[in-house]
Amino acid sequence: MILTILAFLPLIGAIAILLMKEESTGAIRGFALFTACVNFVISLPLLFGFDSAKAGMQYVEKVDWIPSLGISYHLGIDGISLWLVMLTTFLSVICILSSGSVEKKLKQYMFFFLLLETGMIGALASLDLFLFYIFWEAMLIPMYFLIGVWGGKERIYAAVKFFIFTMVGSLLMLVAIIALYYLNIKAGNPATFNILELYKLPIAPSVQMVMFMAFALAFAIKVPMWPVHTWLPDAHTQAPTAGSVILAGVLLKMGCYGFLRFAMPLFPNAVVAATPFMMTLAVVGIIYGALVAMVQKDVKKLVAYSSVSHLGYVMLGIFALNAQGVVGGLYQSLNHGISTGALFLLVGVIYERRHTRMIEDFGGLARQMPYYATIFLIITMSSIGLPGLNGFVGEFLIMMGAYLSSPIAAIFAASGVILAAGYMLWMYRRVFFGPLENEANKNLTDLTGLEWGYLMPMVILAFWMGIYPATFTSKMEPTITAWLSHIETKKIACMELEPVKNPVASLFSGAETLRK
Amino acid sequence: MTFQMSDISLITPEIVLTLTALLVLLVEAFRPGAGRSDTTWLSIIGVLVAAAFALGQFGEKKLGFSGMLSIDSYSAFFKLIFCSIGLLCFLISDGFMKSEEYEHGEFHALMLMSMTGMMLMASSNHLLMMFLGLETMSIAIYALAGYMRTKEGMESSFKYFLLGGASSAFLLYGIALLYASTGTTQIDLLFNHFAAQGGMTHSPMALAGIALIAGGFAFKVAAFPFHVWTPDVYQGAPTPVTAFMATGVKAAAFAAFFRIFLVAFPASVESWSGALWIIAVLTMTMGNLAALVQKDIKRMLAYSSIAHAGYLLVAMVTATADAGTGLLFYLFSYAFMNIGAFACVIMLGRKGDQRTTLDDYAGIGFKKPLLAAALTVFMFSMAGIPPTAGFIGKFLIFKAAIKQGYIWLAVLGVLNSAASVYYYLRVLVYMYFKEPGEKADEPLRAGGLIALATTIAVVVILLLGMVPGAMVELAQAAASKF
Repeated sequence: MILTILAFLPLIGAIAILLMKEESTGAIRGFALFTACVNFVISLPLLFGFDSAKAGMQYVEKVDWIPSLGISYHLGIDGISLWLVMLTTFLSVICILSSGSVEKKLKQYMFFFLLLETGMIGALASLDLFLFYIFWEAMLIPMYFLIGVWGGKERIYAAVKFFIFTMVGSLLMLVAIIALYYLNIKAGNPATFNILELYKLPIAPSVQMVMFMAFALAFAIKVPMWPVHTWLPDAHTQAPTAGSVILAGVLLKMGCYGFLRFAMPLFPNAVVAATPFMMTLAVVGIIYGALVAMVQKDVKKLVAYSSVSHLGYVMLGIFALNAQGVVGGLYQSLNHGISTGALFLLVGVIYERRHTRMIEDFGGLARQMPYYATIFLIITMSSIGLPGLNGFVGEFLIMMGAYLSSPIAAIFAASGVILAAGYMLWMYRRVFFGPLENEANKNLTDLTGLEWGYLMPMVILAFWMGIYPATFTSKMEPTITAWLSHIETKKIACMELEPVKNPVASLFSGAETLRK
Repeated sequence: MTFQMSDISLITPEIVLTLTALLVLLVEAFRPGAGRSDTTWLSIIGVLVAAAFALGQFGEKKLGFSGMLSIDSYSAFFKLIFCSIGLLCFLISDGFMKSEEYEHGEFHALMLMSMTGMMLMASSNHLLMMFLGLETMSIAIYALAGYMRTKEGMESSFKYFLLGGASSAFLLYGIALLYASTGTTQIDLLFNHFAAQGGMTHSPMALAGIALIAGGFAFKVAAFPFHVWTPDVYQGAPTPVTAFMATGVKAAAFAAFFRIFLVAFPASVESWSGALWIIAVLTMTMGNLAALVQKDIKRMLAYSSIAHAGYLLVAMVTATADAGTGLLFYLFSYAFMNIGAFACVIMLGRKGDQRTTLDDYAGIGFKKPLLAAALTVFMFSMAGIPPTAGFIGKFLIFKAAIKQGYIWLAVLGVLNSAASVYYYLRVLVYMYFKEPGEKADEPLRAGGLIALATTIAVVVILLLGMVPGAMVELAQAAASKF
């Protein structure tokens, strides 16, 4: 039951908020925060009760939903989704805390925010492809409104672009999901969308390739991988602070999660064949994102492009297809949620005070806001990957994994680390050091209690994940090991299958005979 | 040809509707006057009774009137769709006609007659019976389209009448050719005839007949290239009538189209599915492309209904029981989302000022939160985004197409869906993301009835989106038994 409660409690909270009075903003804030906190507290036993030694799904719930099509309401989590669920419940609390500056239509804002939490947890816990698809698409709706109503000047463009990009990818995935469903039936199995059953289905390598492309496109857009990343800087820059945090923190991870949960274990031969290509895209993303970030004048845009670069690392790690790389990739996606989430929060802090995010408007802030500057520095370092902070662990594991599978990719990717140090430190220097010249900056106040409240947990986590990563990796490793061995054995099993000449057509041969 | 008294019991829903129509006319004749809703209520009761009789026909399989009518789950399902459409349209037309000062009982009587025609089309087992149903439906709608005698309404009615007449001629000519080459016009006997010829028909005359019949239906469902009348007619007609046409006529035409092609011509499936494939793709693409640039919401909905006809044609091309399930489910949910959307359009309009440009929708998202939320649900459903009925409908149709190997058709279909998202979202962009105009504060043209219709539509769409199981099974049962 715990997963169902986690997924739908925010929805109940959202509906309750809808029934509250528009004017009672204090009560709305309080109640939204309460709902998110309760959800976070409920997710804690999930973490402590999780059996680290076990590789399979835990907390499984299964109820028939549309039995005539083999669709069921099927939830469960393993080492891959556990931490992402935790990250979601945790960041939701932080985001609601950081939404203090939202005054316009607060009721609707909190409604959509909690709705989004339901979508994210549902998508992360679904073990039925159909159910997953529903949550996956349903996530778009609240995010669309969050960007479109509460975003910046170009919010409409950004919101529509975000929606359409994601939609194109996921609709093609839907076609592939249905094709997979029929492939399973054709193989003589009962009709099902159950992902654990579909894992077992042997598919000829050439057929895998076609389906992998459809899945990979959907997830690559979400990650986003270069060159389908263009919606991301727009969406990030235009979204309100909390929207950016949740977008970077969780929504982008859905792409990585999709690769780990669906695209890769279902089509291992295609993955192996596509690895050089995907690694190249990942490395291009790393370097491209870093280079573009370097020339940004807007801090938020800089952070947005740095996301493109960081997620390139995540993808590189995942496609290294060894324990170090995959654990590193998963770990880095958590890191990115913390570091980039915190960076967006920090940018939000300064934006609320000055209503500008241009680097040139600042300078010398360290004198005026020493605490703010300190926390910003810590997070900057964590984003660059300084040892002792979270970013280092992830990047190190990814480099190790990537080196084992492709030294050249690792070398190129390493250059991204240098570039990252370049753009982040350069930005930091221009914003915080030098003389405090701009008059408007001379009366800025340092962090408020509330800001301390939502920034400190992020800083603590950045240190924790950097100093004692075993807390986190120990719960991932058994699952990842099993995941890798599944990929290996299925790959070998599928290699023995007859090669198929026309993979697209073969998916669909044997049409139902016509009847009167 | 013999007539048996027991046949009468097979057409109880039709009889109920006809009697209600007559009763409505009588009430109107003896108690004329404005500001009353009694004919509305009478019609609603009639529709509900007819629906109850239609429900009783589920699971039956009978031929009646010398094989002219086939009473089965398939026709029962369609009757349910027509009754839902009728119910919603009566609910939304009441307030509209009152505020336009046009509340006559004839309006309801015409709708009821038209529904009778639709029901006959859905259960016809004979091409001539189908044609009679089609004309019964159409003539009532020609009158309804011009009911308010505005300039646009007259134009709309006249256009629909001229083109509808032409399409009826197509259809009749097709039926004649088919009769000339096969010697029968009874649908199940046509199947036997083609099957006896070893499947694929080689008679050019029969093929020409099939093509002409397809053309006639293509006009009725507004499929490419016979779709050009749609936006003008839809825009000019009174909004409740537009809603009625966009859902009822389409459902009835698809009911007959699917039954005829699947029961009579399955043996020659290759000869028509290819042509329909192209028509399906062109229909959805042209509909979507044109809808992208519309600034008027009624025209946008008209073009979007062309696109929806394209998705439904995918089910026609696929031509299996699975596709039939999708078709039925889609048409059922489409009735609710489309009429719901038109209900919202009605509520925002005023007498003599329809207020259908997108600018009129600016900022109403927070000024009229409930109305905007309902319209949002309808737009998401039409765009096929979960968790709405529209998604399940598209899912079922594309699922059937993929199963039959129409992979490119499915891919083009989903890409079209993605393109359609843009213009459905634009309504939301105006409602929620733009600053409200001066008119946004004016009270709605709402009555209890139209609000009830909108609520029903929202609830049905969300329920079918989240727990579609029972309805899918019902549609499956209906689509597998002709």
